[in-house]
Amino acid sequence: MSQSQTAPQETTQPEMQAGAEVLLRALKDQGVEVIFGYPGGAVLPIYDAIFQQNAIRHILVRHEQAAVHAAEGYARSTGRVGCVLVTSGPGATNAVTGLVDALMDSIPIVCLTGQVPTHLIGNDAFQEADTTGITRPATKHNYLVKRSEDLARVVHEAFYVAKSGRPGPVVIDLPKDILINKAPYTPAPPATALHRSYRPNLIPDGGQIAKAVAALKSAKRPMIYTGGGVINSGQGASDALIKLVRKTGFPITNTLMGLGAYPSNDPQFLGMLGMHGTYEANLAMHGCDVMLNIGARFDDRVTGRLNAFSPDSRKIHIDIDRSSINKNVPVEIPIVADAGLAIEALLAAWDAEPVQVDTAALAKWWQQIDTWRGLDCLKYTQDHAKGAIIKPQYAIQRLYDLTRETGRETFISTEVGQHQMWAAQYFRFDQPKHWMTSGGLGTMGYGLPAAMGVQVAHPDALCIDIAGEASILMNIQEMSTLAQYRLPVKVFILNNQYMGMVRQWQELLHGSRYSESYTAALPDFVKLADSFHGVGLRATSVDQLDDVIREMIASDRPVIADICVDQKENCFPMIPSGAAHNEMILGAEHGNRAPGVTDDGMALV
Amino acid sequence: MAIDPTLRSATISVLVENEPGILARVVGLFSGRGYNIDSLTVAPVEDGRNRSRINIVTSGTDMIIQQIKAQLDRLVPVHRVSDLSMEGPHIAREMALIKVIGTGDKRVEALRLAEAFRARVVDATTESFIFEMTGATDKLDAFLDLMRPLGLAEVSRTGVAAIARGTRII
Ligand SMILES: Cc1ncc(C[n+]2csc(CCOP(=O)(O)OP(=O)(O)O)c2C)c(N)n1
Ligand SMILES: [Mg+2]
Repeated sequence: MSQSQTAPQETTQPEMQAGAEVLLRALKDQGVEVIFGYPGGAVLPIYDAIFQQNAIRHILVRHEQAAVHAAEGYARSTGRVGCVLVTSGPGATNAVTGLVDALMDSIPIVCLTGQVPTHLIGNDAFQEADTTGITRPATKHNYLVKRSEDLARVVHEAFYVAKSGRPGPVVIDLPKDILINKAPYTPAPPATALHRSYRPNLIPDGGQIAKAVAALKSAKRPMIYTGGGVINSGQGASDALIKLVRKTGFPITNTLMGLGAYPSNDPQFLGMLGMHGTYEANLAMHGCDVMLNIGARFDDRVTGRLNAFSPDSRKIHIDIDRSSINKNVPVEIPIVADAGLAIEALLAAWDAEPVQVDTAALAKWWQQIDTWRGLDCLKYTQDHAKGAIIKPQYAIQRLYDLTRETGRETFISTEVGQHQMWAAQYFRFDQPKHWMTSGGLGTMGYGLPAAMGVQVAHPDALCIDIAGEASILMNIQEMSTLAQYRLPVKVFILNNQYMGMVRQWQELLHGSRYSESYTAALPDFVKLADSFHGVGLRATSVDQLDDVIREMIASDRPVIADICVDQKENCFPMIPSGAAHNEMILGAEHGNRAPGVTDDGMALV
Repeated sequence: MAIDPTLRSATISVLVENEPGILARVVGLFSGRGYNIDSLTVAPVEDGRNRSRINIVTSGTDMIIQQIKAQLDRLVPVHRVSDLSMEGPHIAREMALIKVIGTGDKRVEALRLAEAFRARVVDATTESFIFEMTGATDKLDAFLDLMRPLGLAEVSRTGVAAIARGTRII
């Protein structure tokens, strides 16, 4: 274009500012509103720059791991990139668990880590750690900025990498001299500019879409299985998914990470699948003849024993990450694309393809599914007599009912263990981005800081961490952060005094030898809430439960609700490690039908 | 679909941005995911474009090799990944420096075999030779097997460099 060629060449040098200021400017340009962080010597120049501006808010956490989980909660509930700032050495190493968590669950994070000045790198300087070395397998990508002129470019690129394709955490390691020395500012490249090497494919191949539709229309026993990819793709993907499911009349199940993408009260929804998924979802996966996987990765928690996984189905797999396809389960029709775009393409191709579904076969399939449903695999019995012990399932169910009564927007996060699975089974989600759980890494201590990050992004919403008494102690210090920023997060502890999930495996697989799974000398959670300037509540019997939940919801302060539940309750259904979907153990209501666990299964986690 | 369990060898060429840590990223991917590395070479190529080429000889089932390619391809600084062994004929060569120590008949025999294999003598003393030899991996292996009883003392190999035949480029 002649005009741009004749335009006067920019001859003025780019403006020079201290590196820390260039950094903040780049963050602002990237739309960062909040940073979760913790200061230290190596990042003092950044903290000084933060002090002198108002555009970006800083939330001072109490542990760097929590900063990353908070940023995850922020990112997952908003669809934006979460931003973290930690110091060198121990600040960076403390963040590692959070980074791996974000990597496993595909959450976009940019984590800024301080580093010793460039001339000291490699000298074992005070608070030096090889942060890029340590975080290489813990991130989607990482950078060490060694030249001031690279600083702004690297920050912009980090945001692009974090959110493009399959999202993930990115670390930028920032030596202190780079933060102090003058650096030029360069604006972010336009959104249309191509990255020199990283260009994930978003658009589905038309031929593959046509093959997928042909396979789906030929199905007699179809099954749709969707995961976190649909959530990550955005609201549009969920909307399109609902259309697709309605149009096809097919049954759908969600993974743990995918809950909320499809309304869980809808009759076509079979519940979550996998190790603690519903009987009907798992048997439908096992028995289907055509499987459509959208944005899920055939994780071992979902497939059970691989060689027995859905043995008779033709499989279609849509994933934005090519490496997720044919990793665990060979599929016939791979489609590398964004979930939302692929579903839109399926919808269009579905209408264009004249062949009709075999409605008689589909009706028969639904009959079969309804028989499985009739088993009511999530059934439990709650004794309602005064003084009766609370069943954990009932506590979740009441939490769901009573939060729904308020009509308030509600976000749920969890820790890891039985309570997490009960939350997934008994709390019902009908929107994406309202459910935060550590699925891939299974990080105890995730839920409280994640809820904190959600609350920062949604100050008026009800943010509840469904917790276990063991997990909550892993990041309990964040109660202090909640108090400082008046974040009214609710911690709903299903207190069974055991690491319940560990106890359950010990009961089922290790002869009920409860080795180190009982926590003696637990804190008094009511007093603990009080000492952290929050509200402490406790329910010890079923008649107290509703009042405690109501009081918790009504409070405008952080609350810990200590719900003392049945210590011996186990989480069912359960597909033991190494078992197939049709070898599920059902709960006491169903006579604890069990297939027995193989020796190979014993070795699995 | 059934998984084909047969193992095959693959020569994979990866064009990467020449930046610090890139080799660690690639090697870390292989060790972290339990893939084999039989040979690995890396050097800058394409002056002015700041790119390096990494050649990796690996082995696994076809599913694993596809997986290796996909895993490499999603690394941010990776431009292109090509499985040369699948994408048509290719040339793979490596170079070795081979030190053979010995006297008398063995020494004569070593020299005679070196000539037959077109290995060059790049250093000699009265009781040693250093041969330089370039060729396919199996040719080098065959020569080394012959040298072993003749006083093979030390080997330094470059690993495989590979390129597609004809006009095809990566
Ligand atoms: C950081 C971390 N350490 C250990 C584990 C292994 N683990 C999984 S569940 C669990 C017990 C959790 O106990 P609690 O929080 O009380 O939940 P419950 O199962 O009783 O509901 C443990 C120890 C883990 N997931 N994360
Ligand atoms: Mg517990």
